[in-house]
Amino acid sequence: MNQKTSILNLTEDEWVNPGNRACAGCGLGIVYRTALKALGKNTILVVPPSCLTVLQGLYPIAATKLPCLNVVFASTGAAATGVRAAMRARKKDGVNVVAFAGDGGTGDIGIQALSGACERGDDILYICYDNEAYMNTGVQRSGTTPQGVVTTTTPIHGKSQVKKDIPAIVAAHHIPYLATASAAYPLDLYDKVKKAITKKGPKYIHVHTPCPSGWGFEPSQTVKIGKLAVKTGLFALYEMEDGDFKLTGPSLSALSKPRTPVKSYFDAQQRFASLDEEAIAQLQHQVDQTWAGYMG
Amino acid sequence: MHMIESGNVAAATGVKLARANVIAAYPITPQTPLTEKLSEFVAAGELAAEYIPVESEHSAMAVCIAASSAGARAFTATSANGLLYMNEQLHWAAGARLPIVMCVANRGIGAPWTVWNDHQDTISQRDGGWIQIYANDHQQIIDSVIKAFYLAQTVSIPVMVCYDGYILSHTYMPFEKPDQDQVDAFLPPFTPENMLDPDRPYNFNTVTLPDVRPDIHGQTAPGYMEIRHCLHQDMRGSIQVLEEIDKKFQAAFGRGGHPFVEPYKCEDADHVVVCMGSLSYHFRDVIDLLSQEGLKIGVMGVQLYRPFPEKAIVEALYQKKSIMVFEKALSYGNQGALYADIKSALYPCENRPEMKNFILGLGGREIKTSILVETVRNAVKHTAASDDHPMWVGLKCQE
Repeated sequence: MNQKTSILNLTEDEWVNPGNRACAGCGLGIVYRTALKALGKNTILVVPPSCLTVLQGLYPIAATKLPCLNVVFASTGAAATGVRAAMRARKKDGVNVVAFAGDGGTGDIGIQALSGACERGDDILYICYDNEAYMNTGVQRSGTTPQGVVTTTTPIHGKSQVKKDIPAIVAAHHIPYLATASAAYPLDLYDKVKKAITKKGPKYIHVHTPCPSGWGFEPSQTVKIGKLAVKTGLFALYEMEDGDFKLTGPSLSALSKPRTPVKSYFDAQQRFASLDEEAIAQLQHQVDQTWAGYMG
Repeated sequence: MHMIESGNVAAATGVKLARANVIAAYPITPQTPLTEKLSEFVAAGELAAEYIPVESEHSAMAVCIAASSAGARAFTATSANGLLYMNEQLHWAAGARLPIVMCVANRGIGAPWTVWNDHQDTISQRDGGWIQIYANDHQQIIDSVIKAFYLAQTVSIPVMVCYDGYILSHTYMPFEKPDQDQVDAFLPPFTPENMLDPDRPYNFNTVTLPDVRPDIHGQTAPGYMEIRHCLHQDMRGSIQVLEEIDKKFQAAFGRGGHPFVEPYKCEDADHVVVCMGSLSYHFRDVIDLLSQEGLKIGVMGVQLYRPFPEKAIVEALYQKKSIMVFEKALSYGNQGALYADIKSALYPCENRPEMKNFILGLGGREIKTSILVETVRNAVKHTAASDDHPMWVGLKCQE
């Protein structure tokens, strides 16, 4: 199934209320709204502390029109397992059990519970929205913060380590469906969520999610920045169905045309301000090597 | 049916009879045989449950929290460091008002590593909002597990059933296994008012403000503090609920009648030993020996530790000459937790008894009857010298 949804046939159902507490220009606002459109009513969400906790609002008012369980930081994968176990125990079929967590909650503190759920083969969809730092607590570095990025805990010189490749770690669990997506390409995300929920077992979607306040760009530029990440090749869109890797959408078409230089992505955001020309050249070289691998 | 089995199997049998339908666990000594037995029940088709072999205790409680929030009867078991690894989840389960039942085969805490019994693991978790019941023998383990599910779902508060690692978990003792029909008649099905359900979407455990706040209909919804006050009030109320459940259990199965404390020869006693778990039955031999010497002495086991049953404790102890509290745990730098609680309960009484606190059996140090006899005999002779610092029983060398 390779559905191509367009803006003309996208469902008008909304599961996130407007006026929620997301920041202006929040990439997660797009990701959450789009994913929930694809999931529909028969869905139970599991959410650890993250920007999404803030977006969803303060008791007793919630922005989400689907049942949602807020859980402790390190437990998301296991909590999703627990919801699914209860659905099986209560013989409730046809319910999507969906974990929605940030990059720190997924790849740092939550990786053990996620790995456990994937290894057990639990029938859940795990969506990681990757805004590349601990944004909810005020922009601290995470394992998924890219090299060179200035955060409140990598001040002045920027992060010296490379970005942790969480999808590759998850792929090592040999799950039936894994994909990357971007807040800047919501219809691609929509189709990937739709496809994921047709599969039994663990599914994982890693979504690149620009953050205006944390990355240092104008709220009007969220989609532009997200597209630049894909067009420069810094973030590749792909799918792995039963282990078969293939680039998708704009990343697939990028194979046959020149990529935008990474410098234009770095220059558009304050968080890369510490990168000098040499560092940029190095990062460009790394991207070129990765893409030579895709082409090979 | 009459059975001779280990304490862990008694616990597993209780869980099976209670028809828990989501079970998650991670191996830790000395709890492991309990969950091994449950996985066997599930694999053999004797128990219709989802058995989730999680990758940690933190995740075991995560599965229980989520499954319970989604309407399942959830169970797990652990010991020692496994319980501590769950710490934030324990507070979460209580705050979320989930009727999870957990067995803890009590074990000492590292460092240094110990696998043997004391009570430091569960005592360290006394303030998290879980009901804590301490079983004294195998019969109390199986009966307490069944009653725990009833109590938990009636008051929407999780319940810990604690029993001594090895001393009870691994020893074999005879006990009565209730019939499934009788347990089904006794224990109502779990039908929560609110659960995760796409037809009635709620957002559970959202960020809650320090102050109250109107909902979308203009009704004032509680703030964090009201929600926590409600937990406390319901904890207090669960004392009476447990008494009622115990009465029903006694009517159905012929066992019970002492849900809070279990006194032995206390009525006419001048002196009373207070302790928890299997030690309170061990002490009966000590009491018998000292009674033969003419001493008016009894022992009282505390079975319900949280919520603390002050009324039952004061009724049993307030006219005594002296109280000796023996504990396998303490609040380091202060005194035993049970001792402090009992002192506090007796404070409003006139003619307060003399009180002494003894720490023993840590990390599985053998508790010999002869040492207990000698310790109590000496303590009774020196009733006037009330000493707040706990006395350590059975130390063998200067460290």
